[in-house]
Amino acid sequence: MSMDIDITLTVNGERVAERVEARKSLVDFVRDDLGLTGSHVGCEHGVCGACTMRVDGVIVRGCLMLAAQCDGSHVETIEGLSDSGEVADLQAAFEQRNALQCGYCTPGMLTAAQELLDQAKAKQSVPSRDEIREHISGNYCRCTGYHAIVDAVESVAKARAGVKS
Amino acid sequence: MKITADSPPVLSVLDRPNSYIGRAVPRPNLQRLTQGRGQYISDVTLPRMAHVAYLRSPHAHARIVSISAEAAKKALGVVAVVTGAELAKVMTPWVGVLTHLKGIKSAPQSPIAVERACWQGEAVCAVVARTRAQAEDACELIDIAYEELPAVTNPETALDASTPVIHASLGDNLCFERKLDVGEVDKAFAGSHAVVEATFVTGRHTGVCTEPRAVVADWNEGEQRMTVYHATQAPHMMQNLFAKHLDLSESQVRVLTKDVGGSFGIKVHTYADEMATVALSKLLKRPVKFVADRIESFVTDIHARDHRIKGKIGVTKDGVITAFEIDDLTGIGPYSVYPRTSGIEANQVVNLTGGPYNCPNYRAQARVVFQNKNVMCQYRAVGHPIAVAVTEGLVELAAAKIGMDPLEIRRRNLFPDDGYPAQTASGLKLEQLSHHEALAHLDTMINYAALRAEQAALRKKGIYRGIGFASFIEVTNPSAAFYGVGGAKITSQDGATVKLDAQGAITIHSGVTEQGQGAEAVLAQCVASSFGVSMERVRVVTGDTDNTPYGGGTWASRAAGIGGEAAWQAGKALRGNVLAVAGAMLQAKPEDLDIRNGIVVDKITGAERLGLDELARVAYFRPDTLPPGFQAELMVTRHYVPRAWPFAFTNGIQASYLEVDTDTGFVKLLRHWCVEDCGTIINPQLVNEQIRGGVVQGIGAALFEQCLYDERGQMLNGNMADYLVPMAVEMPDIDCGHVVSPTADSELGAKGAGEAGTAGAPACIMNAINDALRPLGAQPLTDMPFTPGKILQALGKV
Repeated sequence: MSMDIDITLTVNGERVAERVEARKSLVDFVRDDLGLTGSHVGCEHGVCGACTMRVDGVIVRGCLMLAAQCDGSHVETIEGLSDSGEVADLQAAFEQRNALQCGYCTPGMLTAAQELLDQAKAKQSVPSRDEIREHISGNYCRCTGYHAIVDAVESVAKARAGVKS
Repeated sequence: MKITADSPPVLSVLDRPNSYIGRAVPRPNLQRLTQGRGQYISDVTLPRMAHVAYLRSPHAHARIVSISAEAAKKALGVVAVVTGAELAKVMTPWVGVLTHLKGIKSAPQSPIAVERACWQGEAVCAVVARTRAQAEDACELIDIAYEELPAVTNPETALDASTPVIHASLGDNLCFERKLDVGEVDKAFAGSHAVVEATFVTGRHTGVCTEPRAVVADWNEGEQRMTVYHATQAPHMMQNLFAKHLDLSESQVRVLTKDVGGSFGIKVHTYADEMATVALSKLLKRPVKFVADRIESFVTDIHARDHRIKGKIGVTKDGVITAFEIDDLTGIGPYSVYPRTSGIEANQVVNLTGGPYNCPNYRAQARVVFQNKNVMCQYRAVGHPIAVAVTEGLVELAAAKIGMDPLEIRRRNLFPDDGYPAQTASGLKLEQLSHHEALAHLDTMINYAALRAEQAALRKKGIYRGIGFASFIEVTNPSAAFYGVGGAKITSQDGATVKLDAQGAITIHSGVTEQGQGAEAVLAQCVASSFGVSMERVRVVTGDTDNTPYGGGTWASRAAGIGGEAAWQAGKALRGNVLAVAGAMLQAKPEDLDIRNGIVVDKITGAERLGLDELARVAYFRPDTLPPGFQAELMVTRHYVPRAWPFAFTNGIQASYLEVDTDTGFVKLLRHWCVEDCGTIINPQLVNEQIRGGVVQGIGAALFEQCLYDERGQMLNGNMADYLVPMAVEMPDIDCGHVVSPTADSELGAKGAGEAGTAGAPACIMNAINDALRPLGAQPLTDMPFTPGKILQALGKV
């Protein structure tokens, strides 16, 4: 019924070789095969953003990409982004501002926000609240109402750009 | 205009050195979650664990003629295929009724349907396999023959003689009915200068927790013990129910909650598939895991708020409200949900309608009817959004009719701030509310006069903005009056155990639970303050029936007010015990000493006398040096339950400022405000974030969210792309303000704040839309959600 495929990829800087079912999604692969449970499954059809992770530098929906498509890729999950310290300031701002409640959307939210902040850095600009809201609209949060998340992302955007808030 | 979350601390009489009460301290347990190192139930794996997938009825109502599973049983990885009849040998059915809801009735519900499926999505067969994928593969191999039965899907005709009765044993499709007639309603309407009638519809919607429901059940045949890792708000309640229906003693059942990915009242009920998973573990003698996928969530997570309410209000020309009358009809599922019932929501609508207003004449009827749709039960702010929509909708329609400002009509009718204790027409006892102060605060916050001027100026340019309000009361800190008196094993009391460890740090074990509200932060704040240490020295343990005091969990805005008070008292008691040890060690009177910042000090001078680490060292390792007969007690438990008042009512008022695009019917939310009085504020940041999150769930109900069913009982939009929840880009910034009227029922004086936002927001948005469209002669919109299509219809454009 199912076909298995051998893949070799780099996940959070570690080389990984696994045999996966062709139908297995990337998020199921990182969670079930690699034990990286920081990426969450919310809707399984690309709407809620809880499984947002980075593949070859671009954020993707872990539920819409197959593990088999990631052969040779570099995958980064919240565990990797945390341990490298890349999003430490964003995490601190979320904690300080209580920009998370249950925390289920948070890894995906942080990963999406980090992409916006990277884009802003490249453009040497600070995103407006509306731009922040637009960018994180693919990541659903049912707890916060978003206001605190926007505050947290805005404060980090300003801090990274050296702008006083 | 902007009131930041970190507004200045509201100091209370409880303030003492090293106090955290009223301070916006960050939650101590967040790094785990921001780093992706939380442990949700969907993350739990156990040795020998199997996964279950449920085959669900595609029909709203059907007889199960046969189940052919031979091929599935032989499929790769399959452990077992189990039908409802087979599972019935392990687990008994349940009936969702409470004795204090007079006349409520329901039929026995089984973990897996036996003979008959009563809604689309009801589980009819379980497949247990080594992986979820294998279980789902095997589901494809099962052949179930159904005989479709007529589906009851229209509440309006559910009680007609020509409508089939879903459960013949019940005689009809009526689950519960309540009538109330207080004062002289007919006389009051007859003496009114204006009477306004409207029919309100609140769309059936659901919680959409980002983490779907999840459970891992582990029956250990060797220990004869069931351990359930369960994403629930009420672990002790579930311990009781698992034990009861598996014929075990409660001591044979342990429930652990871990991290919970959103709950909002969704995860405080008994779900047939979760009960089935626990029964399967008992049957198969191994751990079994069930995680709902999103379609399963939409067709089995409780729905709520499917009400049609005919409302009527009378007013004098001076704007005095003379009477309210409502007729509420709500279509629930085929079963009343166990154990809280599906009658409470309508009961709350009857209780709460008219709640903020000093009006003695009130007549209400509520009927709760069975439907072949997914079950309905209590979701955040149970009944409040419906009652507030009807009340506040009627109040603003009446104001418009007599040409009075919507804030002014409220000023003339809200219970006076100096008139407490008071009682609503429906009989709710109000200890101390602050409607007028809250309204005045809101008036200033939104700069009302300027906002009206801006609105008028923009109208001349063809831009239609609306300002809407909603006053409300909220049920918090429920006593035994909510469920206990009705015979449900749902405790209203809660406990906290506080322990000084051998290095002088504090551990709290509490019966309330954490699903993101910040309950653990509040508990730590309370104990750190009443005992006298910094929060870094406090660790909180919740969500484990083996290791926490017996408690109700977190629902009905009770965690801070009830769990917090128990923790506060436990911290105080431990301080007394520690000072007794210190007195013995220092040869001082305990009453001359205090604990500040983790150090025993002279109470008057503040001079440091003894570190807690040294005190703990002596008490634990050199008790021989303490006076003969002296025993140090460094672990204490305190419980608390509200006794003076059945509920600690809170109050507040919200405002919405929005713009309606009269060509497209789209609504743009510009700003939202909420002034709320939850008594003593333990952590203003957490209160504000509860309000903001709650407001946005209420906005979802007003503008987007609805579980759409066709006449055959098929849910049409059971996925996140078609069922719309609020996205960041559509939501406004939300400003919060506070008034503080502590309850005298506890020393802390804290009431709840978890549901105020959701209670008021839908009415507020509705009123703002109608305010925007009134000059265009639009029909008032009262049918939620207010989609662009409905708005264009009201404008007569489609």
